[in-house]
Formats: sequence, structure tokens, C-alpha cells
Amino acid sequence: MSETTMLEAIRTSLAEAMRADERVVVLGEDVAVGGPWGATAGLADEFGVERVRNTPISEAAICGVAIGLAQSGLRPVVEVMFVDFVTLALDQLVNQAAKAHFMSGGQLAVPLVLRTQGGAGQRGGAQHSQSLESWLAHVPGLKVVMPSTAADAAGLLRSAIADPNPVVFVENKTLYFRREEANGSEPVPLGRARVARRGRDVTVVATSRLVSEALAAAEELAREGIEVEVVDPRTLVPLDLDAIVESVSRTHRLVVAHEAVEHGGFGAEVAAQVQSAAFDELDAPIERVGAPFAPVPFSPPLEDAYLPDRADVTTAVRTLLRRSA
Amino acid sequence: MVSPAEVDAALGLELLRGMWRIRAFEERVGQLTRADEVHGLVHLSIGQEAVAVGVCGQLSSRDAVYGNHRAHGHAIAKGAPLAALMAELMGRDGGLCRGLGGSMHLVDVEHGFLGATGVVGGNVPLALGSALASRLAGHDAVAAVFFGDGAAQGGIFVESVNLAALWALPVILVCENNGFAEFTPRSAHSPVERVADVVAPYGLERATVDGNDVDAVRRAFAGFLEAARRGEGPFLLECLTHRLRGHYEGDPQRYREAIAQEEWQRRDPIRRLERRGLDERWLDDDTPARVEQETREEVEEAVRVARESPYPEPALTSELVYA
Repeated sequence: MSETTMLEAIRTSLAEAMRADERVVVLGEDVAVGGPWGATAGLADEFGVERVRNTPISEAAICGVAIGLAQSGLRPVVEVMFVDFVTLALDQLVNQAAKAHFMSGGQLAVPLVLRTQGGAGQRGGAQHSQSLESWLAHVPGLKVVMPSTAADAAGLLRSAIADPNPVVFVENKTLYFRREEANGSEPVPLGRARVARRGRDVTVVATSRLVSEALAAAEELAREGIEVEVVDPRTLVPLDLDAIVESVSRTHRLVVAHEAVEHGGFGAEVAAQVQSAAFDELDAPIERVGAPFAPVPFSPPLEDAYLPDRADVTTAVRTLLRRSA
Repeated sequence: MVSPAEVDAALGLELLRGMWRIRAFEERVGQLTRADEVHGLVHLSIGQEAVAVGVCGQLSSRDAVYGNHRAHGHAIAKGAPLAALMAELMGRDGGLCRGLGGSMHLVDVEHGFLGATGVVGGNVPLALGSALASRLAGHDAVAAVFFGDGAAQGGIFVESVNLAALWALPVILVCENNGFAEFTPRSAHSPVERVADVVAPYGLERATVDGNDVDAVRRAFAGFLEAARRGEGPFLLECLTHRLRGHYEGDPQRYREAIAQEEWQRRDPIRRLERRGLDERWLDDDTPARVEQETREEVEEAVRVARESPYPEPALTSELVYA
């Protein structure tokens, strides 16, 4: 079995999508020279700079151009270098892309993918480290994808590109270079969770970087005989609530873990939906793991302390077990 | 370059009818707004009809057109059926957008009207995308976007102009400079009087015309369109015009005092074309009244059909969130 990284998987998946469908075009800052991470490296050589299009630093216009391309029959994949800069394109995403199909009474479709990456841990400071997915998940009409593995990133990207709706594809910069087994890039449907680890005692629903943190916590807790089930929803919108409820109906305990600020985070939505759908299955209040209500600090020890990690998941699991004992 | 056709009886009547269709429709919309049959925020383009007609009359349904919040005229000139348009403003299922869009968000894909927006300047880059799509597909279709002078102060406008010029896109930016951004004269928003000057550093080919002269709009647009069909661009056509109504229906228009309203009434684009047609004898004395009457009847029929359309089923709200 060969190895790959999330970045390589994304690059391969993009190239496959472009080979399979000439309507697929890529645009963004520096994409024709590979982008800052290399996610689009080599694409311009194979497909030309008309289809792999460098843009000025104009996030709003880039996103708007992509919407126009999509409305006129193409399948644009836009790269916004940091999710922090999606703020600059929010009018385009929220007011134009998300509502075009609805407001036109179904006449228009916007098959657009906006790839971006978020997350802290690289001393980027408060404007290059955020996790803003809950804003996007709040907007009807957008789909929101957060891959945690290379294989999922490749497969979800294929599905996102094929989807007739605007999809925001939120990668995590700290996952880009991890080595994983290459599993090809079979499309992974949007809206289907993956059970990353089976366990009978506690369900941890984790997204993006927190999936591997939850798996590490599960490994540690398993040594004490505590079996944690880790569920990665993979897409926040649509959310595979059935898979989460199915897991909770076996474990009767739920932790929701993400890197985003806990306050108003997507974990609150998961918790609310689960208690509504399966209150009687719960043996204890749902625990949340997320960042404190503060911008991401720059100073290394402060950033390290700020970031939710495996220790926070472990603590949450122990708290749950104590409360339901 | 082929010079645009002279205005003869056929073309003159087409232009006149096109403007009257918008005028008659919007005057009726104004009444129906006060009668609470047409709902929401309604912005009329009465007085600005020459721009929509002078531009859209030369485009085909393959050409993408985008409009702003004051877009009834853009949609009508691009071919949107009046009954479906009226039904949309009434929030009915038979509306262009099944009642989910409303006055500021009209779309008629069949006729290439890819959308109005309620966000000032918000869809200027979308027109660039449609123009780029046409180029990538090797078509000669172009894109045009209508916006007001108020949009030129927004960041998205500058980003879009830069990108359109950088990529030499076959897009025609049509500015309806009516001198007012909502309730405030342009001079209070920008020291740059002409939008054509705002884009000057980007090297766009541009023209400023009398936007109340439908023939002037048509001629200027024809030149840009011919070049855009060859893949050239972008272009900016600034049409100096004036809305004869408030920013929205119900606007008390206190700011109006400063304006020579009578002068603008005299420059009403419909009356001007009528006077010209009579002078040049391609219109006979009875025709203007007949065209007005016919378009008013057309609008009444649209109102009748729209009223018969039911409101959408409530389930529609959740059905159309995703494609």
C-alpha cells in the first residue's frame, strides 16, 4: 500500500475531476503556480492557465466570478487561501450563491466549490487561524464539508464538485502533510458520517483535526477499559444525524468536539439535534469540547493552551462517565 | 465597424413600445403597491426606461444580463413575460420565480436574465463569470450588468473592474447614473462626478451618453456589443438619467426640492422619442396614444392572469433550498 497526504489527495482528486469534466475550472490566488500549500501544483501544466486561473487578491470578486461561471454552466473550484478571508467574500457566498437557486424558484443552480483551510497550531495569529464553519453551516443553501483524512478529502471533493449546489470545503492546514495510506479517490457522498473507531461506552462526534485527537484519546482510554466510539460527520451540512443517533443509542453518552470556539459553535447544533431526537437514550448531559471564547493567541504557549486537543476530549469523556455512573 | 441602423418606423415603434411596456407596467405596479397587492420593497425605474430598452433590445437570450434592485425594466426589456413578472411581484406560484424572489430578485433564465440583486453592486462579478464562461466555451455570447452610480463606491465594483480589465472579458458594464444613491445626491458620496472616470485608470473603453435618449444609448451600446461579440472587452456605458419616482414606492422624497423636476419631466425618454418620431415623420399623430393604450391593455391582462395564480404551497420554502 502506498502512502499519500491530504494535499496530494486533493491535488489528485482535482486533476481527476478536471480530466473527467472539462467544465471544471480552478481559480484563486496563485493557484496556477500551485498555491501556498501546493494543492494545485501542476494543474496549470496539464490543463492550462485558462482553466487554472490566477486571480488578484480580490476574494469577493473571485467568488462572484465563480458564481457567474457556475450559473453559466461551468463547475468552478475556487480557492480562498485562509478561511479567515472568506469573510471578504461573505456577501457573494451568503447573498448570491446560497440563495440563487431558491430565489429564482429553482431556475438557477450554482455548482460551485469553495476550497479553503482553517485551524490554528502554526503560530499564524488571530487572523490566520480561525475555524468559522459554524457561520457557513448557518446559511441555508450552502453545504459545508470538513474532511479529516486524505481519502475522505479526495472522495468528498469529487462529490462536492459533482454537486449542483455551492459547497464550502474547509480543510485544515495541520492535516495537509500527515502521511496516510492511499485509498484512491472514490467519491464519498455528502451527508454520510464515518465511524472512525467502534466503541461501546461513549460516542465522540469530532470534526476535522479533532478526529485524530479523539482517536488518540480513545486509544489512551482503551488502556483503562473505556471504549470510545469516534464518529466523523465529514459534512456539517447535510448532517448525518441518523448515524450519530444510532451510535448514541448504543453508548448513551455523547461528546461533541471541534476546534472552533465552543460558544455558538456547530457542536451546540449537534447537541440540540441529538437531545431532540434521542433524549431518552442519553444517560448524561452532552459534553462539548471547543476553543475558549477568545481570538487565537499568537504566543506559542498560549496558542498550545488554547487549542482543543486529545486531553480535552479525554477530560470530557471522564466527566461524562462520572456524571452517568 | 458597422454603424447601427437608423431609426425608422419599425425600429422606432419597437423602441417606443419597449419603453411604454415598462412605463405602463411600473405605473400599475405603483398602484398595486399602494393597494397592497404587490408586496415588499418596490423600486421603480420610471424615467430610466431608455437604458434598459436601448441595451437589451440588441441582446439575445444567450447573452447573460444582470440587473440591480431596480430591475423590472431590465427583465421586461430582456423578454420576461409580463404576467409571470406581475405574479412574482404579487408573490404567486405562477411568478417568474414562483414567488420566492420578489421585486429585487427577478430571474428569467429562459430569456437570459440571470438575475437581479438586492445588494448594491453584488452581482457585477457574476456578469464577469458569465462572460468568462462564454469565452471558455468558445461562444460569442456576451454579458451585461446594470448598476447605479451608487454601486461605483463599493469595493466589489473596483475588484470587478480590475478583474474584467485584467482578463479582457467580453462584458459590458452599464451604469445608470441617475444622480442619486438612494436618498443622497452623488456629490455627497464621491468627489468623482462621472463613473466613467472612476474606471479610467483601468483602460476600459467607455462612453457617457444621455441616458434619456434611447437612440443614443442604443448606438453607443451597439458599438461595444459588436466588439464584445468578437471577444473584446470590457466596456463601460454610463447613461446619465433620472428616476421620476422615489427611491422606493412610499419614499417621501424630501430631497427632491433641489432638483429641477420639471426639466426632467421635459426630458422624459418616452416623450422625447415620441416628439422625435413625429418630427421625423416615422410616427403619425395617433400612434403614441395607441402604443400607450395597447401596452396598458397588455399590463391589465398580465394583472388579470397574475391575480388568478395561487400563492405557492408553504412546502415550497423547504423544497427549493438545494438543487
